[in-house]
Amino acid sequence: MKRFRRHGHESQKDKHKQDLYQFNKTVEHGFPHQPSALGFSPSLDLLAIGTRSGAIKLYGSPGVEFMGLHDENAAVTQVHFLPNQVDMVTLLDDNSLHMWTLQAHNGMSELLEIGRFTLSGPPGAPPSVTRVTAVLAHSSGELLLLGTEGGHVFVVEVPGFRELEENNISVENVQNRIPEDYVGRRNLECVEALHENPLNPRQVLIGYSRGLMVLWDLDRQRPIQHFLGTQQLESVWWMEDGVNILSSHSDGSYCQWTVTGEDPQTEPEKQETPYGAFPCKAISKIIQLPSKQGPPFLIFSGGMPRASYGDRHCISVIHSKNHEALDFTSRIIDFFVIREGENHKGEPSALVVLVEEELVVVDLQSEGWPVIQTPYLVPLHCSAITCSHHVSSIPLKLWERVQAAGALQNTHYSKKPWPIIGGQNLAPDPPQRDLLLTGHEDGTVRFWDASGICLYPMYKLSTAGVFLTDADPNDNMNQGSEGEWPPFRKVGCFDPYSDDPRLGIQKIHLCKYSGYLTVAGTAGQILIMELNDEAAEQTVEATVVDLLQGQEGFRWKGQARLDVREEPVLFPPGFQPFALVQCQPPAVVTAIALHSEWKLVAFGTSHGFGFYDYHQKNNIMVKCTLNPSDQVALEGPLSRVKSIKKSLRQSFRRIRRSRVSMRKHHTANAAKLQEINARLEAEALQEMELAPVQRKIEARSSDDSFTGLVRTLYFADTFVSDSSHSTPSLWAGTNGGAVFAYVLRVPSLERRAEDPVVAHAAKEIQLMHRAPVVGLVVLDGKGAPLPEPLEVAHDLARSPEMHGSHHLLVVSEEQFKLFTLPKVSSKSKLKLTAVDGSRVRRVGVAWFGSKTDEQLESGLVVLTNQGELHVISLPSIKMMVHYPCIRREDVSGIASCVFTKYGQGFYLMSPSEFERFSLSTRWVVEPHCLVEAPLQMRLKNPSSPVHRDQLDGVPTEHRNFKRESEGYGVLQEIQKSLEGDQTTFLENNLKTKPKGNMLSNGD
Amino acid sequence: MNKNHRVPSNRTLNAVEVKSKFGAEFRRFSLDRSKPGRFDEFYGLLQHVHRIPNVDLLVGYADVHGDLLPINNDDNYHKAISMAAPLLRLFLQRKEEADYSAFGTDTVTRKKTPAALAAVLLRPDANKKKPPIIISLPKDFRPVSSIIDVDILPETHRRVRLYKHGQEKPLGFYIRDGSSVRVTPQGLEKVPGIFISRMVPGGLAESTGLLAVNDEVLEVNGIEVSGKSLDQVTDMMIANSHNLIITVKPANQRNNVVRSSGGGSSGRSSDSSTSFYGYSTPGSMAMTPSHIIQNYEPDEESEEEEDLVIEADRGAKLIPQAGARATASTSMPTLPRYEPHLDLRPSNGTMSTRSLNAHDMGLEGRNLEEEGTVITL
Repeated sequence: MKRFRRHGHESQKDKHKQDLYQFNKTVEHGFPHQPSALGFSPSLDLLAIGTRSGAIKLYGSPGVEFMGLHDENAAVTQVHFLPNQVDMVTLLDDNSLHMWTLQAHNGMSELLEIGRFTLSGPPGAPPSVTRVTAVLAHSSGELLLLGTEGGHVFVVEVPGFRELEENNISVENVQNRIPEDYVGRRNLECVEALHENPLNPRQVLIGYSRGLMVLWDLDRQRPIQHFLGTQQLESVWWMEDGVNILSSHSDGSYCQWTVTGEDPQTEPEKQETPYGAFPCKAISKIIQLPSKQGPPFLIFSGGMPRASYGDRHCISVIHSKNHEALDFTSRIIDFFVIREGENHKGEPSALVVLVEEELVVVDLQSEGWPVIQTPYLVPLHCSAITCSHHVSSIPLKLWERVQAAGALQNTHYSKKPWPIIGGQNLAPDPPQRDLLLTGHEDGTVRFWDASGICLYPMYKLSTAGVFLTDADPNDNMNQGSEGEWPPFRKVGCFDPYSDDPRLGIQKIHLCKYSGYLTVAGTAGQILIMELNDEAAEQTVEATVVDLLQGQEGFRWKGQARLDVREEPVLFPPGFQPFALVQCQPPAVVTAIALHSEWKLVAFGTSHGFGFYDYHQKNNIMVKCTLNPSDQVALEGPLSRVKSIKKSLRQSFRRIRRSRVSMRKHHTANAAKLQEINARLEAEALQEMELAPVQRKIEARSSDDSFTGLVRTLYFADTFVSDSSHSTPSLWAGTNGGAVFAYVLRVPSLERRAEDPVVAHAAKEIQLMHRAPVVGLVVLDGKGAPLPEPLEVAHDLARSPEMHGSHHLLVVSEEQFKLFTLPKVSSKSKLKLTAVDGSRVRRVGVAWFGSKTDEQLESGLVVLTNQGELHVISLPSIKMMVHYPCIRREDVSGIASCVFTKYGQGFYLMSPSEFERFSLSTRWVVEPHCLVEAPLQMRLKNPSSPVHRDQLDGVPTEHRNFKRESEGYGVLQEIQKSLEGDQTTFLENNLKTKPKGNMLSNGD
Repeated sequence: MNKNHRVPSNRTLNAVEVKSKFGAEFRRFSLDRSKPGRFDEFYGLLQHVHRIPNVDLLVGYADVHGDLLPINNDDNYHKAISMAAPLLRLFLQRKEEADYSAFGTDTVTRKKTPAALAAVLLRPDANKKKPPIIISLPKDFRPVSSIIDVDILPETHRRVRLYKHGQEKPLGFYIRDGSSVRVTPQGLEKVPGIFISRMVPGGLAESTGLLAVNDEVLEVNGIEVSGKSLDQVTDMMIANSHNLIITVKPANQRNNVVRSSGGGSSGRSSDSSTSFYGYSTPGSMAMTPSHIIQNYEPDEESEEEEDLVIEADRGAKLIPQAGARATASTSMPTLPRYEPHLDLRPSNGTMSTRSLNAHDMGLEGRNLEEEGTVITL
């Protein structure tokens, strides 16, 4: 009976947990790491990006995004949408082809892999015969043409991946007809390009690496015309008129050829080297699109003069008199052009370029070809992210002011709306406005709208202007001088180079009610800022604070303090600094806290902590926490002696890393590589046995390095010295397991400007287990965490319960300990490390609620060094739930994690991407979108047997048409007949009743 | 803590015969087993019967195993009375000339005759080297290691407890990844494991002789390490370093504890090897392992060290346990000398075991006052 009752209780508890907590990784924000392929479907208006790690991501209108991952851990090398379908084919580095589809399910589309395929050559053939180098998704949506390294073209029926052997185009078929004296005769090399005649889908152009191009008739399975190019071929482009062909070459030239019917054509119509005279780099891709306003747009990548600009990543756009070489900061992966109009055959409207570190969209219709700001895929890492800070439920007023300040910064962007608008975003509007602030290495703080699925840039704040740095701010402006050739124009914002590493932002704290912002940096600088809607010229008052307090025998060998500009600086509208604290020694700021009601900022470094009154602009108190024997902290990071063990470990890592990258780069000789790897691994293992990785088991001692490093600072209005009167207090926790408490006397509002703020030491707690203190929270009489400053004043939180005793929760890396206040006695604790060996890396206070109940419950959200998330109840400090979240090897991912106040969180899954997760059932931000099949496809709704019939016995209409087109009639005639053909094609399909739904995998 | 301790219930005799020895003099008297009274009354009685009213005494008794144990509070006094079978042998020493090293089990265990016991007491220097440092109080004796749970573990395994407390000596060992062979239904299988890779000479681990290089670590404080990474196990050990219990499978299986067939019948586990350090580290001498450390509970609060709280105006104090359990029946009171610093709460007439580090804490408190910085242990 008793047992039964307890069981009932348990299940009730479980239900409660289920009501409150659930773990989901919801969205990936930012730019995919190491993109390797780009695809675009004009009919769906969707963009696809494949990455080196085998991920495939689809983006449409803002909020429409899909993500898929190939099981094979191989790079995606090509992405092709099947024209007018919701299917997509990816080619991986391991030569496998994958079919993906967007399947609607409960009014929501899902990206699913529905088939995979690898070409199988004839028995005994070398692997190069079937190694795919070029893919053409035929406009019929039923055929894939696969060009291979061996020069063959295989024809495969999709979506079922059925090889149509009889349709294959072998090298021999092509070679037979080449004149004897042609240089490339012996070896055509791989198929570099496959292109369909835009007017006649039964004709394809096959481009071979050595320069030969062959116009092939799919129906009669014979070549129509040979173009005997002599330069190494890079790409081909069939112009819209169906008559002219462009080919680009490795020597930086491009040629124009005309489809004449005279076979073979030995000379191009026109040959040009745009940046010529001196040797140029290859033009890797070229396209030309007609424009109603004058001459066509010619767009190509590469082709730069090898010696002077060979290292630039450029795409040149030429349109009548306008010629620009768009200069990107990272390698170009691929590009495409979006065209207006119903059938996407109209004016070119935007150029979309995928470079290694960002996606850049250039508006081709506005004057000066401005860049369109991307609503997603924003490069978070344009300067490396050094820290992040999340603020939930931003008041509308502040939101609008930040937005306005940001709008003033974005004037150089195009006014055109975002051109990729596929799919429908069905996700509900975000319930609140959330800001994510990221601190960067170059001293900027970026404000992101993190309310919804798209992490949208709102405002960028630069702190560099306050300081004198080596870099001349005019450096970057000197570009694009008149008459420069090629006419470069810098585009994109990825700029990994920091002028001065000391500018790096380490800690951010924003008060959403008052608009005060504190940012702290690498060289001990703490800036206090205020939001101002007007530009202002002002001098920033600097206060140097000596944290050592006369500690003897000190020699700081680290970086120097930043020099402050003494003259007034003009600050644009937005957050403007008005006070600056500089710690001495100028070590990295490791903790800050801002109390906007008391107008105090606390800061800490590895040497100690202090706090500053930014109303009266003076420093109130300093406490040195340094252990005199701690040489490492004393002298700064530069003097750190590298141990032999450490360097050995590092060299091991380097070997491993180089092996990994080797594997990534050259998979062609994968077998050989595998062998090498195996040998290396065996060697490494042998070495391991000689010197195994050992871990010392030793109790922590006070002599350990950085015990004085301040890990956390916390302002609280609580009972520190007696149980009847609460007072303002400041709490600090160190790496050595010490907690310091100070009682503050903050003058009343009327006397705030005159009377000094006074602090005196009240308590010190030394945790016996000595683990670093990573979090301090005071719980009120009801066991709830104290509200944020000004939260109560703005009626956004109930006032804390001041009756009943307050408790101090000390979170160390190893334990959670609850102490009574004001008499600090241990009440309860939860050991983490002693029980499962994991340590607290990140901790935050969050509120959870069920979907139905208004009532919120507070809890601690914890991320451990094992990458596990825990929710710990308050005030009972019991583990509620835990979920694996991040790989434990991903140290930087774990370190980057930031929690929101409502049980969500973000961490960097790569230097450029935030993964968003949610632990809450009530607050989940995840994409919810629908992509509908294009009209043509819905009309067709084909069933596979029909296709086969058509392919095997090609309808007569087709034949007729082919003959007609062979006659090279007038363009209009061709077009007319083509249209006629298409209708018959459609009708044909409509007549045959579809026998089933779409072909699925394995069929 | 004394959950396995059994009070003899079938005794018919209600009187306890007491034989008390002070110097060369004996006194005999009897006490009522059911009404032993309090320790201070007993102490007064001893002073009275020996006619030494103004001499500070250390009272010791020989327990059933022949160990010399102290009597200095109500709890251990009552225990001594209840355990007397039927004679209670007392040994009195002047406090100022007491030989604390006689307490404990090490030297006395095997010599169970009163004569031998007396010999140890009376001629403290006879067969042992005097420690170079000043000998501290009996309460400062503490075990540094023990083998525990012999009765419940397979013979191939050994559960070793290392008592680090506040002492200087490093734990002194390293662990590494390795692989061991397990017998599974599918046959022999190689599984990853954690092994001791190195011992630091002079470290606690080495000095106990209970751990050796290549011993496989199976558990840390009752938690299995299988499936955990080297770093995780390292962190677990460090987090438990003040009271580390490691279950190992010794590489050398020849020195295993052989269970005595009769020994286990009483239900108590035998501590086959318990070594004591005889110099000044705080601890409760009454923690004779043979009675206290039986099957280990992982979350034994009483083994925890306490955090140190310094009030700005009052100096250092130990954090009292808010919901303290009065389980520490065998502990001894702290010396008056330290009491002003400690702010200890007596509970049920017993001082809390939290006086473990009282000595060090007191010192620390003073350092704080002098230098204004925390000198940590």
